Amino acid sequence: MAGRTLYDKIWESHSVGVLPTGQTQLFIGLHLIHEITTAPAFDMLREKGMDVAFLERTFATVDHIVPTDIRTRPFLDPEAEELTQALEKNVKQFGVEFFGLDSMNQGIVHVIGPQLGLTQPGMTLACGDSHTSTHGAFGTLAFGIGTSQVRDVLATQTLAMDKLKVRRINVNGALGTGVYAKDVILSIIRKLGVSGGKGFAYEYGGAVIDRMNMEERMTLCNMSIEGGALVGYVNPDQTTFDYLKGRRYVPSGAAFDRAVNYWKSVASDSAAIYDDVINMEGKDIEPTVTWGINPGQSVGISERLPIPDEYADPDGARKAYEHMGWQPGAPILGTPIDVAFIGSCTNSRMTDFRAAAKIAQGRKVKAGIRALVVPGSAEVKKLAEAEGLHEVFKQAGFQWREAGCSMCLAMNPDKLNGREICASSSNRNFIGRQGSPQGRTLLMSPAMVAAAALNGKVVDVRQYE
Amino acid sequence: MTEIVKIVKVGGTAVPMRGNDIDTDRIIPARYLKEVTFARMGDYPFFDERFDASGKKKDHPFNDPEYQGASVLFVNKNFGCGSSREHAPQALYRFGIKAIVGESFAAIFAGNCTMMGLPTVTATHDEVALMMKTVEENPKTKFTVDIETKTICFDDKRIAIDLPETYRSALTSGCWDSTALLRANLDQVKKTAAKLPYIGGFAN
Repeated sequence: MAGRTLYDKIWESHSVGVLPTGQTQLFIGLHLIHEITTAPAFDMLREKGMDVAFLERTFATVDHIVPTDIRTRPFLDPEAEELTQALEKNVKQFGVEFFGLDSMNQGIVHVIGPQLGLTQPGMTLACGDSHTSTHGAFGTLAFGIGTSQVRDVLATQTLAMDKLKVRRINVNGALGTGVYAKDVILSIIRKLGVSGGKGFAYEYGGAVIDRMNMEERMTLCNMSIEGGALVGYVNPDQTTFDYLKGRRYVPSGAAFDRAVNYWKSVASDSAAIYDDVINMEGKDIEPTVTWGINPGQSVGISERLPIPDEYADPDGARKAYEHMGWQPGAPILGTPIDVAFIGSCTNSRMTDFRAAAKIAQGRKVKAGIRALVVPGSAEVKKLAEAEGLHEVFKQAGFQWREAGCSMCLAMNPDKLNGREICASSSNRNFIGRQGSPQGRTLLMSPAMVAAAALNGKVVDVRQYE
Repeated sequence: MTEIVKIVKVGGTAVPMRGNDIDTDRIIPARYLKEVTFARMGDYPFFDERFDASGKKKDHPFNDPEYQGASVLFVNKNFGCGSSREHAPQALYRFGIKAIVGESFAAIFAGNCTMMGLPTVTATHDEVALMMKTVEENPKTKFTVDIETKTICFDDKRIAIDLPETYRSALTSGCWDSTALLRANLDQVKKTAAKLPYIGGFAN
């Protein structure tokens, strides 16, 4: 029998059957919900008199809309208050376990799932958010879905899906100093394009990935969707099992040993057959920064910005220059910034904060730069404070906030103004993404954001290493 | 019992929206996701590209009186990339768009559209270019998108279009609203779940 991938194995064990449309009905092992994409789905359930089919597999939190400074209720923004209340009412009426604003487990849905041990290998997972691919770090098939699909998962714990192909992406060798998981995924997207992953699940492997800790793997898998891949994953290994052991929703004792046996069994076979294989070398990856209006438009820190006519999508490059206002051929190094944001489901965990704090330690944010550090969860905030990282950031001149999505997506008070340029550890540099239609976003690693904050411009973080 | 609506043919005038990689943040800015229902989404498609800060209209195909009442939207590559927000197809649909024809679509966006009964179909780069040029030169051109036969007709022309067979089947059989279809198999769902070791907490 030909070797199978993790994707093949989980797809098979979770298939309920084939629907009349030809799609597969796939069982979803874990459904995570939040305030933004669920209200109409609950309305439809009420309208049809349906219950949540698998309540014990459904968990809720609030993240997108919550303010990260003043959190007194009612919120200052009446729309945010109304939408939060709608979720609170829905979880109460339907009986869904809820990590609300005053819970120690509140946080960005893609940070708390892993942190609580809800996310486990060999599972299917869905959430009404495209960055659900984050959970693939555990060897989980994790799908970002729309509101109609949220309704389907609530009503049936299943989704109608088409099977994807699998592309193996090997990152071989080792990364240089000052090069992080964020630089790896930005380089992958740059190489394969923002729609290159269409129709594929991305399986990440190779020595660089093997050495990554779970938080780094989450950063990597998080941005799979920015490369057009609905799903991205890393095969579970000892690093995965060690991370999970002792977490709240992970079984203990003999049951943990049985879990590990199952988790090992779902990893791709060594003879697995892939639809495509890509090889990259860790040593070729530099600290990477986006210059344009999609996450594929990036350059290494030592490179110059591309000339549109020499670029793969010349019209796309011209549109990007029109918005960003740079000169083609200019260096990215030295680009001025106004705002520095460290946070989001991509980079708001302890690994990220330790890397950024190492740069900020004993230094000062450049005068006039607005700099924020926003923990991904209440738990991350607690852990960071126990290590004193908040003091490092505050003494350097960063604001230290409560947990939430913050400046990644302009649904809460943290936003860019006018033409501001933001060095951001988030995942999207789309026009208007950070709340100002004229705002400009430069995506980079948290350490690079910290270095940019200190200098008021894009610098090479390796000067501090 | 919900009425079954089969989506076989969609027709009308069209509007072109040029550019690759048009993301869902551009289609609908995030601040409108704070609304509790989709009811008003039709007021917002491409809002920040259509209006300046003072609310004054800017040049944009969706503002152009020539394209008023269009029900077919022409786009280029990777349309709808980024955020999974169903508010994006809801905004287009409620604005009046009943079919989208493009070079390619992002995965989550195309799935969301199909589940709302909004077909997303593909044609080649050259064919999309021809149809965009046609509608720009004569905005009154009527297009008929036939999901059953996978063709699009306008003037005296007939162009082959494509969409995943599962989407075509769902739309033309009226099964695009999948909840009932999935709910019918709940017993089998429970059997599948019972076989997964994590569902029982690895108890044995």
